[in-house]
Amino acid sequence: MKHGTFFWFVFPSALLMLLFIAMPIVSVVLQSLYVQHEQVLIEVENCSLFGCETTTSVDQEATRALREAEPLGRWAGLDVYLNRAHLATSEVAEAWSTRESLGDFFSGLYNLPFYRALAFTLTYTFIVTPLTIILGFFIAVAVNSTIKAVRGPTIFFSLLPFVITPLVGSLVLFWMLDARGILGAGLQWLADNPDLSVKASTPLMWIALMIYGVWHSAPFAFVVFYAGLQTVNQDTLESAMIDGANRWERIRYVVFPHLLPLVTFVALIQLMDNFRVFEPIVSFAAQAHATSLSIAIFTDLGGETRLLSSAAATSVLTIIGVAILLSPVMVRTYRDFGKD
Amino acid sequence: MSTAAQRSPLPIKLLTNGFLIFWLILAAFPFLWTLWGSFKVEGDFFSKANWANAIFGRLTVEETGGSFTGDGYYGAWIQEEFWRAAMNSTILCFCVVTISLTCGTLGGYALSRSTYRYAFWFLFFALIFRAMPPITLVSGYLLPFYEWNLWGHLYTTVIVLVAINQPFTLWMLHSFFKNIPKDLDESAMVDGCTRFQAFRHVIIPVMWPGVITTGLFSFLLAYNDFAVTAMLLSEENQTMIPKINSFLGTTQTKGNVMFAVAAVVSVTAPLFVMVMVFQRQIVSGLTAGAVKG
Repeated sequence: MKHGTFFWFVFPSALLMLLFIAMPIVSVVLQSLYVQHEQVLIEVENCSLFGCETTTSVDQEATRALREAEPLGRWAGLDVYLNRAHLATSEVAEAWSTRESLGDFFSGLYNLPFYRALAFTLTYTFIVTPLTIILGFFIAVAVNSTIKAVRGPTIFFSLLPFVITPLVGSLVLFWMLDARGILGAGLQWLADNPDLSVKASTPLMWIALMIYGVWHSAPFAFVVFYAGLQTVNQDTLESAMIDGANRWERIRYVVFPHLLPLVTFVALIQLMDNFRVFEPIVSFAAQAHATSLSIAIFTDLGGETRLLSSAAATSVLTIIGVAILLSPVMVRTYRDFGKD
Repeated sequence: MSTAAQRSPLPIKLLTNGFLIFWLILAAFPFLWTLWGSFKVEGDFFSKANWANAIFGRLTVEETGGSFTGDGYYGAWIQEEFWRAAMNSTILCFCVVTISLTCGTLGGYALSRSTYRYAFWFLFFALIFRAMPPITLVSGYLLPFYEWNLWGHLYTTVIVLVAINQPFTLWMLHSFFKNIPKDLDESAMVDGCTRFQAFRHVIIPVMWPGVITTGLFSFLLAYNDFAVTAMLLSEENQTMIPKINSFLGTTQTKGNVMFAVAAVVSVTAPLFVMVMVFQRQIVSGLTAGAVKG
């Protein structure tokens, strides 16, 4: 295809991505280096019978004028990144120097909002992703071995948790887990503790969020693996059987290697999607027990006073996180495609 | 047709089928439960006394006289004006899908036909953009949108969602177009068509299966989005998902969580129908990316 034609064909897409994905990244980086102007203070001298005293007050008009003239605020360099709400370098250094044990240091870290969010995000990503793949694989194997007639309806019901709006799907689960809902009541009965409540316990909340995560994305892994199973070479399977391979060995040495490229694909997509975990925490109203990086940004943006530069700094850190997380896969994709 | 390798002994058959039934209950039961419960009163759906009340609706009978009530739906759709949000969602989804597909087919077609190195780099950057969490981009939008008075309008959100959707759309359509033989449009060009005419008269008539599948996923993205719509839309332009979230904030205190339950069921219903009609396309779409790697 000629360069000129190619350019005009991709122009609309390229323009959209440039304006609304590439530019916002620049805008986020810029915003994170500035902070909002402080309020303008004026000193007023009040004189009365007993002498004069000066009071300082906020000059609302001047503040508004200044903020409107320079909406980006004043230059702050890396200050926002290093403050307590983000990387908290001084707090971390202090926690390190006053530590009694390594555990003590980590619990000190966990009290800092950014590290708290990072801890949950990473735990969620690295627990949910493998579990999704395992569950998806088992469903695929099970569906593949049932009779043909039930496969269609099975796929239909299996797709529901994946297709459903994440906010809505997690709400549905959350209502059932409520102490007055069916699952909540069931848990109380199982634990024989009428005061047990998922809402009140941090570990239970983490588990509930992760169960939601697996429930939501297992269908995706299932469908991909199921399609892969359809193309397993039947001749290889049968010759393996003739050679004396038992059921497990056939799965281990014939089916697994065939599905391996699909596993990397599912893992890539799942890492991207789990790292941005957001909606379930909103629906579960779990901010007190678990925050993620996305939630940190959302709370900064949504408050009465929009903390734009704080949100921007967290965004930049999140983007760096995504880059680190995906760099091995990106390098691989680059090499694979570089070949042709 | 089952070969010897697929035949399984009875215990394994029982095990796999048992597991499958367990998974199906896991996947479907929450929706059935919520659908059933949405016709009850709050005292039954969240029953302090006995969870079985949610099934038999003891309080529903006491409070309303019948064992089913549409109060939740009335409250959500009429009283809290959920219909407005539903209308906004419809407009938003329609525009996002149409614009995404128009830009995406053009771009995806060019990417699948170009043999130059930059086509690879284009797709590579699209993949990186696909990895950006949308909420990080939202924090980049807010300040410029306030400054230029773009914030709060439905059409701004449409364009933003189209852009966020582009990387995925391009990848998917790119792999669909790769499956359409090159000879088809190239022979049209030998016959004297320009590239665009070849696209218009030869490719467009055969591209619909891929476009429909991609369109379904664009629709899902727009319909399911919360991060972007919650931050970029003003109250009167809200779509359904942020509206449900605002129900939770305001109506839980009023004791009317049932509005949210009814709204949740209303949001789920179209998706249910969509999966039923387009199951095959959704499955092929999920696997398209995987097979191509």
